[in-house]
Parts: sequence; C-alpha cells; structure tokens
Amino acid sequence: MIGSMHSSASRWLLLALAGAVALSCSRDDGVGPIAMRRLTADQYKQTIADVFGPDIKVVGRFEPDARREGLLAVGTAFVTITPAGFEQYETIARRISAQVIAPDNRDRFVRCTPEDASATDRACAEQFIAEVGRRLLRRELSDEDVAPRLEIAEATTRKLEDFYTGLEYALTSLLISPEFLFRVERASPDPDRTDRLRLTNDTIASRLSFFFWNSTPDDELLDAAERGDLAGGSTLDRQIERLVASRKLESGVRAFFSDLLRLDEIDEVSKDVLLYPRFNRQILADSREQTLRVITDHLVVRNADYRDLFTSRRSFMTRNLGLVYQVPVREREGWEPAEFPEGSPRAGLLSHVSLLTLHSHPGRSSATLRGIFVREALMCQEVPAAPADVDFTVVQDTNNPEHKTARDRLSAHSTGTGCESCHRLMDPIGLGFENFDGIGMWRASENGEPIDASGRVDGEAFEDLVGVGRVLRDNPGVSACAVESLFRYAVGRSAVVGEREFLRDLTARFAASGHRHRELMRMIAASEPFRTASALREIPPGSES
Amino acid sequence: MSRDLTRRTFLHGAMSGAAFSLGLPIFDAFLNDAGTAWADGGQLPVRFGTWFWGCGMNPPRWNPAETGAGYELTTELSPLAPIREHLNVLSGFSVLLDGRPNHPHHSGVIGMLTGAPPTRSKDVPAPTLDVLIADEIGSATRFRSLEIAATGNPRHSYSLRSESVANPSEVSPLALYTRVFGSGFRDPNDAAFVPDPEVMVRQSVISAVMEDRRRLERELGSHDRQRLDEFLTSLRQLEHQLAMQLEKPPPLAACVQPEPALDSEVSAEIGHAIANHEQMAGLLALALACDQTRVFNTVFSYGASNLHRAGNSAGHHTLTHEEPIDSALGYQPNASFFVDRSMEAWTTFVQKLAGIREGDGTLLDNCLVLAHSETSFAKVHDVSGLPVMTAGRAGGRLRTGIHVAGTNDPTTRIGLTVQQLLGLSVDKWGAGSMQTQKPIGELFA
Repeated sequence: MIGSMHSSASRWLLLALAGAVALSCSRDDGVGPIAMRRLTADQYKQTIADVFGPDIKVVGRFEPDARREGLLAVGTAFVTITPAGFEQYETIARRISAQVIAPDNRDRFVRCTPEDASATDRACAEQFIAEVGRRLLRRELSDEDVAPRLEIAEATTRKLEDFYTGLEYALTSLLISPEFLFRVERASPDPDRTDRLRLTNDTIASRLSFFFWNSTPDDELLDAAERGDLAGGSTLDRQIERLVASRKLESGVRAFFSDLLRLDEIDEVSKDVLLYPRFNRQILADSREQTLRVITDHLVVRNADYRDLFTSRRSFMTRNLGLVYQVPVREREGWEPAEFPEGSPRAGLLSHVSLLTLHSHPGRSSATLRGIFVREALMCQEVPAAPADVDFTVVQDTNNPEHKTARDRLSAHSTGTGCESCHRLMDPIGLGFENFDGIGMWRASENGEPIDASGRVDGEAFEDLVGVGRVLRDNPGVSACAVESLFRYAVGRSAVVGEREFLRDLTARFAASGHRHRELMRMIAASEPFRTASALREIPPGSES
Repeated sequence: MSRDLTRRTFLHGAMSGAAFSLGLPIFDAFLNDAGTAWADGGQLPVRFGTWFWGCGMNPPRWNPAETGAGYELTTELSPLAPIREHLNVLSGFSVLLDGRPNHPHHSGVIGMLTGAPPTRSKDVPAPTLDVLIADEIGSATRFRSLEIAATGNPRHSYSLRSESVANPSEVSPLALYTRVFGSGFRDPNDAAFVPDPEVMVRQSVISAVMEDRRRLERELGSHDRQRLDEFLTSLRQLEHQLAMQLEKPPPLAACVQPEPALDSEVSAEIGHAIANHEQMAGLLALALACDQTRVFNTVFSYGASNLHRAGNSAGHHTLTHEEPIDSALGYQPNASFFVDRSMEAWTTFVQKLAGIREGDGTLLDNCLVLAHSETSFAKVHDVSGLPVMTAGRAGGRLRTGIHVAGTNDPTTRIGLTVQQLLGLSVDKWGAGSMQTQKPIGELFA
C-alpha cells in the first residue's frame, strides 16, 4: 500500500514539474471562460472609500475569501454568499447608507436639493440613484435598475415623511444587489471567430480597474467604456497609461502580492507566547505591512527589477519589528526606512518576518512548509500532499538526543521511507531558512548544534537564506511563475493549455523590459486573452447538484 | 406605516419563492402558523446539531468492550460519566473509501457527513447532513442554522452545501450574542409587541434585489446561475428573518434572554478554546430554547486540530504524528491530553442543553446531537471505526444509554438513522459502497 501510493505520488510529481499541472484547465481553445466574481473584503472597502470617501466606515464581518489554485482571485469565481454572510452584508450596507445620508455628509453625494425635504422628489432621487449606482454597479443603470430603487425611495419617503431616508434605503438596495457584491462579467459573440466571445466594454473597465487599483472604475473609465474605447487600440492604451500613472496603482500591486504570498493568512496565525515571548499581534500586522511596503517601494516607486525583490537589502521598520529583527529603530511611532548591511543574514523577501512566521508551526520553524511555499507560490509547482499513513514520529521530536537539528530529523524521516521523492523537493530549499525560528528571529544553532543552512535548488548551490534568495532571483522558473500568477490574478482563472504560447511570449517580453512589474501589468491588460473568453462558465459535466 | 407594504412584501416574497422553487422548501411561516401549534401545549420542536472534535482518539482506550446498556465507560470515555444516560456510543462505523485516496483530515469528516468520500482534497461531494436537515426543519425559525467554532477561525465549519458554500462559524461569545440576541431579537415572553417600521422597509429593499436577480439570471452560465441561486437562498433567509420580527412570537417558557456576552480572547490555545466553547454552548442552548434556530453545528476543534497548549512547541495535530507512543503507557500522552479535554468539553456542551427545563423534560430531550471526529487513530489518519456519539432523545424518538458496535459498517447507517429520527422521508443514503438502506434499529425508541 505504502509503496504504491508513493510511486503514484512520484508520477504526479513528474507531471507537476513538467508544468502540466499549473495549466490545469482541460479545454484547449486558446482562452478561458468568464465567471461572476465575488468582491473580496478589500475590494469592497476600497470601492466604498473611492465612491464615498475614506471617512465612511465599513464595519462588519465579511464572508471569508477562499483561495483556489493558490489565489483568492481564482477563488472569487467559485464562492457565493451564505445566509450568515448575507445577514452581515445587509448590516454593513445599512451602516454605510446611514453615514452617506447623514445630515453632515449628504450634500457631498446628493447633488440636488428636494423642494420639500419631507416629500418625494422624483427627479432628485433618480439623479442620486443613477449617479451613485453607476459607480457601484460599474455600468450605466437601466430603467429596470432605477425603477425599483425609485419605488423604495418614494414609498419610504411617503411613509416616514423624509426624502433623505428614502434615499438611504435606495442606496442600501444598491449595496446588497448581486451586481454590486459580485462582478458580473459579460461578453458578446466575436464577429470574427465563432469560438470566441469578446468582453463588453463595461466588463473590461471593471477588469482593468480591479487589476490596477483593486477598486471600482472611476467616472472617466466608465465614460471610456460607454464610448467603446476599451475594445483595443490606442484608446485602450491611453486608459491603461492613466491607470498605471494613478496613485491608486499601489493598491492594485499590494492586492496581488498579498494574494500571491498569502499574506491574508497572517490574520489566522497563532504563535505560542511562552516559546516566543517577543511575539504579539502588532508584530504580525506590522510584518505584513512591511512586506507590502518593500514590494510597492521596489516595484512602483523605484520601478526596479522584479527579481531583485529576492536580494534587496532595503526595508522599512517599526520599533515593534525592530525587536524581532534585532535592529535599532529611531522612531518611536510609525515607519522608517532601513537597510540590512552587507554581510547581514537577511536580504530579500524570503527573510521577512511575515513569510518566515506564516510558514512555520505555532511553536517551531518548518523547513517543509517553507519549501512548499517556495515551490508552489514562487515557482508555480505543485507538491503532492503526504500520504495518509506516513510515520512522522521522528521528524520533529525536538528532544531526540540523536537528531538535534531539523536537518537531522528530516533526513532520518525521509531516508529509506519512500518519503524521499517529495522531501527532496521541499526540504533542501526549506533547510536554507533554518537560521530563522518560528517567528523569524535569527539563530545560529538549534539545541546547541550549529545550523547548516546550505543546500541546492535545482542544481544551484547556496550557503544560507541570502543565498537561496540569490538562486531564486536567477531562476528563470521564478520569473515565469510571476508572469503566470499575475495573468491568472488578472483574469480570475487558471491559464488554459492554449495560453501556454502566450505566457511564454509574455515571459520573454517581461525579461526584455528588464523585469519591470508595471510593464508586465501593461502587457497583460493590453493582451487579447484579457478581453476575450471561450464561453460562460458551465457546471462541469458529471458534478453533483 | 400601514400594513399595506407589509402584506405586499409578504406576498411578494412568498410568490417569488414559489415561482423560483430551487428544490428548497417553501418557508412554513409564509404558508401557515407553524411555530404556534406547539406553543400552547402541543409538541415541542425537535432540534438537530453536530459537535465535532479533531484528531480522534486512541481506539483501545476509547471503544467500550461491551455493547448495549450495560457497557462500561473506558478511560477516554470516563469524563462522560455525568451525561452517560443521555448518550449513545457508536463504535466500529467506518468511512469506506472505495479506492479513493484518504485525504488526511478531510475524507473522514466529509465521508461521515455527506455519505460519500471526497475525490479531491477539498472536494465536498454532497451537502452535509445538517444542511439536508435544515432544508427540512430550518425554515420555521429566524436562523436556518447557527454555527460556532471554539478555535477562533470562522472557516472552521463543517456545515457545507458544497465546496464553495460553507456556512461560516461564529468564533466568540460576543459575536454569537450580538447575532442572536442583539437588535433583531424579539423576546417571545414580552407582553408588549410593536412591529418596527424599519423592518418593513428592509423587506421592501430585499424584494427589489430579488428583481435584480431575475434579470441577471438570463445572462449567466449554468455555474454562475447555480451560485446566484445560492445567493437567492440567502436573500430569502433574511427576508424570512425580517418577517418573523414583525410577528408577535408565541411565548416560550424556557426562553430567557441572556446577559450580554463580554469580549474574550479568541485563539486555538486550549484554555481559550475551552472558555469560549463553554460560553458559546450556553448561548446556543438559549438560542434553541428561544426557538431562534433548530439546527446547529459546533466545532470544538477542526480536522487536524490546531489546539495547542501554551509553552509546547507542538500542537495537537503535530503531536498525533510526531509524539512517540510511550512504551510503558501504550499511547501518546501529550496528544491524548487533547482527547481528554475534548471529551470534557463535549460533556459541558451536553450539560448546557440538559440544564434548561422545557416541557416535561429538558431542552436536551428535544435535541439530537451527533458528536464525531474525522479519524479514529489520528497518527495514521485512520477513517475506520470513527468515534461517534449521540446525545438527547430527539423528542422521545431516540433510545439512549447504549453502546452500539458496528463491524466496519458504513457511517451512512448513522446518517440515515439521524435523518429518519428527524422525520425526513429518506429510505437510503450515501454513495458507492457507502450507500445503505439499513438504519440502526437499536436506536429507535
């Protein structure tokens, strides 16, 4: 039994390494299907801030986002809203509406004045619904959208004798509409190809703005969509330039890397405070912010080579983080730039406390979890799950007098047990992280035994984590994975087999740009696969329900 | 506000329910006065719940040797002594994998709750038992079901309609209190009842959104139409909750509104989990007594239990795999610590239900709670001989106090029995070799 499970696991692994698994969709029709995508909690909040201003508070619990094939962005096309979730969305919506329509705020959003504030005013209500609704539903509203909202506004105003209360509930009805809570993608037949659909201009506008800004389209982008400017060519390029140049680009870049690096999962991390007395929730929050600051500074502000994220010594610190990094921090409050000196054991993203903490156990580091993270998130490879009946007893019995370090324990586990084929993938990389404990603090030894963090990744040797970063920086698979991941993020689905050639070409163009992330975003946004689709997503044949 | 709007929205809700019947039951409350019949001395409702703990037990220390009423509580069952009379212990029932891989910490629980072992690591091949039962009995109350988890993570829930429709858990006493006993709660024993005009307006808002859905439906592929239908179910559930807030609820002698819950530290550290679980169990019992829901799901710890003890580098799950079996004791002492705590927590949970008087007996008598784990011996992810228990008498339909030993029978026999005890007209359940037509006869009173 054990033998057969392992040999099938090995075959699986070979497939994965050949790159066949990442391109998992079976249809070979050049492009993938489109689907309805639920707004993430961040997209919801960003949208409200953009439409109504950051002073309008979004308070409540969102339905948990779900990662699929490594990305929340792909998961959004599968999740729905449960009864418990909808209760929350309705409450959040009412809280937002009440703030927007509150006497101190309403003049910012209601750009007309009713003749009598205790009576209905059809024209004014209609104007408010149409203007706000366009930003929330990301398209011009039809009469069918407006009429029921107008009815709510007028019926409520008549009953409660207040014009603004009527608007408040009309706004609530927009905020709980399926077309607000989900991004509905629409397409029409391609006149040139019967096997293709072309996304509508409205849909392209949403794809663009959520890709670049992680938020709803602004009026200018919606105007461009209404003119038909987003179907391609120079009018599309002009909008892409505008989106890239916007200050909001940082939100889009943050959202992608937070998704790719699974930084949302930091909220679920729990660490043992007796083993890690320096640990606290604020360190977790700061560590995520640090990683996102380093990334946006590098890619957006400096427009530097993507690959240098794995080796850069530039960082940002808070007093709180300084305790874990064991570096002095001058500012008592807030952030200050920092740089790890030459010879420091830290360089690049992999040495960030956020990632080191996330890919560890509550009470210890984990070479295996860290290795899986690198293989899956950074190299787009799939590591098979361990078989159910595997014996882990020796792996991390940290009190075992024979096996003092993680390297000793893992090699005892994976030698001659049939576990070797998988662990050979994960552990050599993961052991390169061993100088950092379960909350990312540096250590030279474990149980009195010096740590040997040297190893190889796909044939390239390294001495320690700085070396792992250097090797990954120069690994072409890492750049190709960044391209594929960003594309999957942009279109909200896995790449299909027919898109391989496109992705290879994109990877080459990314390299030619000097691995500039902003260029890569531009290239994806301007590409055919970004604005075409094979079909609407159907229920796979044979699936239940 | 006149009753006009109310009547119209009620009718509207009921009619769109009929026009777009999705295989879901029509809400009883729209059609008749369900819920009042039993209030004046009639039959009390029967409730169903699950109670899950992760990483199983040690079979030789948990499974009783004798069957029937005279069985002796084993070492790991000893914490259950105070509630023994309310329980049944079911051993020797297995998830049969039919050649599918054993996905660690997933196959056991999904096989048990859906009657079919999953094909992929996150696959949920059919709705879980509680969802099937809530579809039948969940529509008479304000909440179709309530989910709680003691480990601080709302994703820790085994109430699943499908892989992508998971009912999230409440993870703190404060959040649970606010949801059930906060502003939407109408005390059934209040003498005065004034319908809130805001609630009527909220209903009309939801009706308008139902119209959005109707137009949208035409533009979607089948996969998205299905997701939109699920969204619609959620809309109707809220519409239903609002409708109930406009009706004077029938008085319920057992219902007492609790004191507001306090903020508490929420984490998977065992001390926090025990404290939060106990408080939430108490609130849940009152939610049942006040007939706010008739279906509930409790996760004390999730599959691959992430419970841990302060100061120990390895948590429950890690210990089950890595801790050597102590040669003198014959088991893993540190991993087993969590088995003992789980059995104590289960005892606490049952005592909370038994502590509320209802009719001639207790709330527990009118419940059927199914407790189980995803493995027997967690070290090897064994899904045979899963530990399973029931508590309560299901309104007098369920016999209690016995140990039933299966002989590697499929766990679907338990699921089928539970559905029949809850009044569902089902004569077979499960897929492949898990399919069964044989309920467990000994359990019927």
